Amino acid sequence: MTKYRINKTRFVDQTKTVSFTFEGKKYHGFEGDTLASALLSNGIHLVGRSFKYHRPRGIMSCGSEEPNAICQINADTNLTEPNVRATEIELYEGLRASSQNCWPNLNFDIGGINNLISPFIPAGFYYKTFMWPKSFWKKIYEPLIRLSAGLGKSPSQPDPDIYDHKHEHCDVLVIGGGISGIISAKIAAKNNLKTILIEDKNILGGSTIYQNNKNFIIDNKKSNEWLMNEISELEKLDNLIIKTRTSLAAFHSYNYLLAKENISDHLPLYKKNGDIRQRLWKIRADRVIVAAGAIERPLIFNNNDRPGIILANSVKKYLDFYGVSTGLNNIIFTNNDSAYETAVSLFEKGISVKIIDIRKKSSSDIVKNAEDLGIRIYWNSTVVNTFGYKKIKSIEIMNLSEDGSNVTGNIRKIQCDCLSISGGWTPMVHMHTQSGGKLDFREIDQVFVPSEKSENHINVGSCNGDFELEEIVKNTNNKVKKFLNINESGFDKISVLCSKELEKKNIWLLPNTISEGKTKSFIDFQNDSTAKDIKLALREGFKSIEHVKRYTTTGMATDQGKLSNMHALGIIADTAGVKMGTLGTTTFRPPFTPLTFGAIVGRSVGKFFDVVRKTSIHEWHVQNNAKFENVGQWKRPWYYPINNENLHEAVQRESKTARDSAGILDASTLGKIDIQGSDASEFLNRVYTNAWSKLGIGKCRYGLMLNEDGMVYDDGVTTRLGENHYLMTTTTGGAANVLSKLEDYLQTEWPELDVYLTSVTDHYSTASICGPNSKKILKKLFPNKDFSDEAFPHMSYQEAIIDKIECRIMRISFTGELSYEINVESKYGKSLWESCIRAGEEYKISPYGTETMHLLRAEKGFIIVGQDTDGTMTPVDLQMDWIVSKKKYDFIGKRSLYRSDTIREDRKQLVGLLTDDPNEILEEGAQIVSELDKKPVEMIGHVTSSYFSPNLNKSIALAVVKGGKKMKGQKLFVPMENKNINVTVSDFIFFDKENKRINA
Amino acid sequence: MFIINCPYCGERDQSEFSCGGEAHIVRPKQPTELSDGEWAEYLFMRKNIKGVQFERWNHAHGCRKWFNMVRDTSNDKIHAVYKMGEKPPVI
Repeated sequence: MTKYRINKTRFVDQTKTVSFTFEGKKYHGFEGDTLASALLSNGIHLVGRSFKYHRPRGIMSCGSEEPNAICQINADTNLTEPNVRATEIELYEGLRASSQNCWPNLNFDIGGINNLISPFIPAGFYYKTFMWPKSFWKKIYEPLIRLSAGLGKSPSQPDPDIYDHKHEHCDVLVIGGGISGIISAKIAAKNNLKTILIEDKNILGGSTIYQNNKNFIIDNKKSNEWLMNEISELEKLDNLIIKTRTSLAAFHSYNYLLAKENISDHLPLYKKNGDIRQRLWKIRADRVIVAAGAIERPLIFNNNDRPGIILANSVKKYLDFYGVSTGLNNIIFTNNDSAYETAVSLFEKGISVKIIDIRKKSSSDIVKNAEDLGIRIYWNSTVVNTFGYKKIKSIEIMNLSEDGSNVTGNIRKIQCDCLSISGGWTPMVHMHTQSGGKLDFREIDQVFVPSEKSENHINVGSCNGDFELEEIVKNTNNKVKKFLNINESGFDKISVLCSKELEKKNIWLLPNTISEGKTKSFIDFQNDSTAKDIKLALREGFKSIEHVKRYTTTGMATDQGKLSNMHALGIIADTAGVKMGTLGTTTFRPPFTPLTFGAIVGRSVGKFFDVVRKTSIHEWHVQNNAKFENVGQWKRPWYYPINNENLHEAVQRESKTARDSAGILDASTLGKIDIQGSDASEFLNRVYTNAWSKLGIGKCRYGLMLNEDGMVYDDGVTTRLGENHYLMTTTTGGAANVLSKLEDYLQTEWPELDVYLTSVTDHYSTASICGPNSKKILKKLFPNKDFSDEAFPHMSYQEAIIDKIECRIMRISFTGELSYEINVESKYGKSLWESCIRAGEEYKISPYGTETMHLLRAEKGFIIVGQDTDGTMTPVDLQMDWIVSKKKYDFIGKRSLYRSDTIREDRKQLVGLLTDDPNEILEEGAQIVSELDKKPVEMIGHVTSSYFSPNLNKSIALAVVKGGKKMKGQKLFVPMENKNINVTVSDFIFFDKENKRINA
Repeated sequence: MFIINCPYCGERDQSEFSCGGEAHIVRPKQPTELSDGEWAEYLFMRKNIKGVQFERWNHAHGCRKWFNMVRDTSNDKIHAVYKMGEKPPVI
């Protein structure tokens, strides 16, 4: 055993040695240790350097509130993890930890110079200093600040670990496995309620489990022994799930909670392989009982941050739980009784201990106990300074004045190697406030406590402001019974004896003889903000607690101010002369402790990141070397390179073949909505800008859909299949939104209409064949069908059979070529496609992707909603007045088409652009200007679509330009990074203006 | 993450629903007879109340039905859920 492992406990198995490294050096601890307890057992207190001043810092606590002992765990580039609290991580064989924020090493840190120049770097230093000269910012200040910013290193490789999510429902969720949580869970589970108890440590029991003092007796047993029995009984209950190593991350409204379970973090590396690392529980609980406990407060005095200064109850936990002494010559500095338990425990283990108490006396049992043991107590005293650079060596104390605002008498110096501090307790009200609960301020204890309001959750134990054992046990029992409507519990006749604190005193900032400007009384240890910084912020005019917090960065480090927030509030209240209760608190936001990104995203990584939709023809595209692009969730063939063709070469070939002979496109992804009902025609009249009543059965029509604000929303061809039956197509990306919008109008505005909508996008696969030879190919596929223009004209539809498969054939065109779209049930999609390819072989039919489709339609000046429009384009802006019915009384968006804004003539309007150099291809999104010399340069539009047309042998572009309708022939400029491109406004139909090819 | 009692399906998680903004704004029957100002009032103006608000909700990942809901936007308490066309409750 090491020098500091002085006690055997049931929680640490001293027969099982675990080796680990810290700062590259090998050490030993035992199974059951945390990294912090193992380091302390080896006499190591110095574990890190502070963020701003690089002061040496030591382990200060034993839990999630730890501000100093934050480490980098593991060295591998994919597994390394920064900002891990040494007090929380369980020791495992092979653990590698190192400190952060120091260079070249922890013992000799160059940044320590900041401590010497600290008078020159007060709160707001960065805001004040790096203002001038302006030219210094980019080259000097920013790189310097970046160099010193941040704690720890992020992994640079993908995380190989597996993370999981799980949903859980229960009647009662109990948060916290301390004494009040255990009592609550037992009452709930014994009354046939499905109960979950979560506890962030690896075992239940909270701080009572190591409370072995004769002044705390429950049913004639020491409180820790009584609790041990309770836990073993609890573990036998059937309808109780106990989740240890599980910490609550968030408590949302309607009792929806997130909790993170560590599954394999505590296992040695060789045992972790393939296991899930962490699981995020998404819990919906009927009732929630918060028993989150309280966190011990530090005391704020000069140089209160040296290694070896530790919270008093943590000293006790290291001693009585881990068997580790944090020092052999201990001084306890307190303002309350709870630290006396630590004193008694230390004394009983033979460790020298003295007590400094800011109170004048205390007459409780535990204090008498300490006095009887002969422990020296300095009443009415305060620490005014501490000494020792890397570990505390001595302290100076003085007497307090009558009102506690000043110090009097002589300075007395006392030697020590550990200073245990206790400034009272802060209830963990985070969960309560996260769920929407409010707080009350309790003057006598200087604490914020939950103000009860919710019917669905309660707070019990010390998080509710009950600090004495008897209160905790009895109030928890009564509250839980009332909350769960239970008449009797096993705790009704319990007898609790405990020491009671009668004298209370609190001083947020302890007085000193040295002027405040020369002291370093740390409030936020992790962000290095001191009492003096807070006072400076107040002097500079900051009043709101939220502003002071941000200006001084108090409470903004990874520990979220668990130790510091109350003192910051207290000092603000004292300085500003206001009551603390009126200040309010800063907002407690989730997560309570940091969550890994892995736990947040769970399994939704890699190929599970998003849903991927593939058409039934997808496999053929893959086999034929298609490159894909994402359109919404769909994978659509983008182009089909042959040999080593690049995008441009492939698209030029595909476009040429489609116009010269035949091309085939997988159009299955277009949204399809089946519309039926006796009012179907009237419905279409109301949702499209054009008229639908007279569309014959078996005919197709292009429709444009607007938003109520008059802007183009979607477009597509709708076919009349029967008297009361239509098939609407939408854009690929807009399908779901269009259906939802149509349902909205049907259900809310026009419930009188007899119309039913069904999404059939996935039901049908579509092969679209275009080009002058398409008719010949169709004839081969359907030999019995008459494809003459008379029998099967453009914009009409017919049914047909191929290989016993029923098809719907629409003669419609998005390329300007003679074109047919064949629809079959999805499961036949691939077979249909292959038939088409075979039939087209003799015409060298070319499959083409979205890029060629875009090019071909751009040659014809057909818009793509979402590419040439952006939610600010009316049909008039698009020069599509022809499709807006003048006769119809109303349709969605009609009234907006003659608002003062939509009739402006200088709106951006769709035009064609031709570059003076026909080989110059404009960039999509490029800005357009009319006058290059004008300052500032006025942007009058932008390029929306741009291609090199192989059929015209020149570059073409669509653009939107202010007042563009009247600018035909005008010269404009597209300024690029290195040059200005000269362009001329043209008609936006570039190819086959007479529309002859459709019937070619 | 609240629980919404869909009038057609019963209690479901909020993630199944989408909010459609303020309720009881009726589309004018004769838009052509409205001035620009009156039309803009219908088109753009919404109250966005902190407190009790009447809202339209859609069970988007469920029955796809639209319905109305009375929700306190300050604490997400749902006071009532009722079908389209039904009279709003007095809260």
